[in-house]
Amino acid sequence: MLWIGSRTEQAMGVESSPKIVIVDESPVRAAILEEGLREAGYTEVVHIGEMQSLLARIYALDPDIIVIDLENPSRDSLEQMFQVSRAVRRPIAMFVDQSDTASIQASVDAGVSAYIVDGLKKERIKPILDLCVSRFNAFAKLQNELDRTKHALEERKVIDRAKGVLMKVKGLTEEEAYVLMRSTAMREKKKIGEIAQSILTASELLK
Amino acid sequence: MSPPLHIGFIPLVDAAALIVAVDKGFAAEEGLDVTLVREVSWSNVRDKLNIGLFDAAHLLAPVAIASSLGIGHLKVPIAVPFNLAINGNAITVSPALHAAIMAELDGDRFDPMATARALGRVVAARRKRGAEPITFAITFPFSTHNYQLRFWMGAGGVDPDEDVRLVVLPPPFMAQALEGAQIDGFCVAGPWSCIPVDRGVGRILHFVSDILVRAAEKVLAMRQSWVDRNPQAVAALIRAVSRGAGFVEQDRTETARILAHPERVGVVPRSSCDL
Repeated sequence: MLWIGSRTEQAMGVESSPKIVIVDESPVRAAILEEGLREAGYTEVVHIGEMQSLLARIYALDPDIIVIDLENPSRDSLEQMFQVSRAVRRPIAMFVDQSDTASIQASVDAGVSAYIVDGLKKERIKPILDLCVSRFNAFAKLQNELDRTKHALEERKVIDRAKGVLMKVKGLTEEEAYVLMRSTAMREKKKIGEIAQSILTASELLK
Repeated sequence: MSPPLHIGFIPLVDAAALIVAVDKGFAAEEGLDVTLVREVSWSNVRDKLNIGLFDAAHLLAPVAIASSLGIGHLKVPIAVPFNLAINGNAITVSPALHAAIMAELDGDRFDPMATARALGRVVAARRKRGAEPITFAITFPFSTHNYQLRFWMGAGGVDPDEDVRLVVLPPPFMAQALEGAQIDGFCVAGPWSCIPVDRGVGRILHFVSDILVRAAEKVLAMRQSWVDRNPQAVAALIRAVSRGAGFVEQDRTETARILAHPERVGVVPRSSCDL
């Protein structure tokens, strides 16, 4: 559903770049998105990362499009703001194209949602939303990689400490300690990190 | 086992029957593999239910109606085969507003009509001296809280659109906003009314059950199309949640312990209000 009202596309100026507000508490993700929008030629982009005075700032900025991350608890407040037409100068509604549920699904999957002013044409919104979805997905991928790397580093530390315990208690060399953990992991069908953690837990208990 | 089900909820006591049904294993005993997903906004719950990321959801009763009518979002017919809660909301106000209402009271303080009239006089006095309007928080535009608060103040002659300001806040943020004086009062379900009382920053003015008897509150909502395609899973889920509701009635201590988990409601069961 697109909000169709009195304001026409012409009245807003077809040539001018729509004013886009990004509501996101993650500064990194907002920067990635802002950069993408600017590269695509959207010059008027403002990021709001502080939720305290969110509604007042949106009112003052008077944007054409609001992009918000779905993990943001302020989303319900935004919906209310748009329900109460007096709260904003121009009626705003969530961007929902009933004929294109796939793109709605893609945006919710990516964790982003868009609200638009009355009268803005679907053809103008779609590329912006698509860009937001791809940037949000790119950010999520980076985040996953970072988490995996952090996890791998943590696991490495645990394995090193467990090796130390085995070397001390059983008088093994570093190589032997590692081989012992690896063969135990294979026999018990567990990860070597889990075996290392069990060794550390046990050595704590037996102290 | 049926295919895995994803069910969304908002951290509120009135999701108890659903949460207990899953965490006590009642759903699993019905052959259901349910994953509960804690959400941060009703908008998210609605959207994820509407587009099929959730198979079912703990939902505000008015949102089910709004979705079925296509107001505010996609038009998706929603079925509500189980009611999760009756009542449970309260109107909580700051100690200052409580005192102001009590000072203007011309009847029984437990009579909602008397407090609503008193609110009307407080509103008029504030307007006369040019003060900011009183701000009340609700949880969502399409919510019982919104309608109940409006119904109460409207009965006392207060126009909710003109005389006061109504804002939306997520339930877990209400107490903090009251303490920080961003709002003067709110209408919400448990446990979020009890927290400002415990902290001494709010007073419960009325339980909404004093105003409306047996008002539907949260429902177990599903897409009608999903219900039509999965009658057995729907029946199994209703059996499990019904058993969960029975358990909540019988063992509130264990229920409170289950709800206290950070992945569920995440509030420790030590509150001045009974569960």
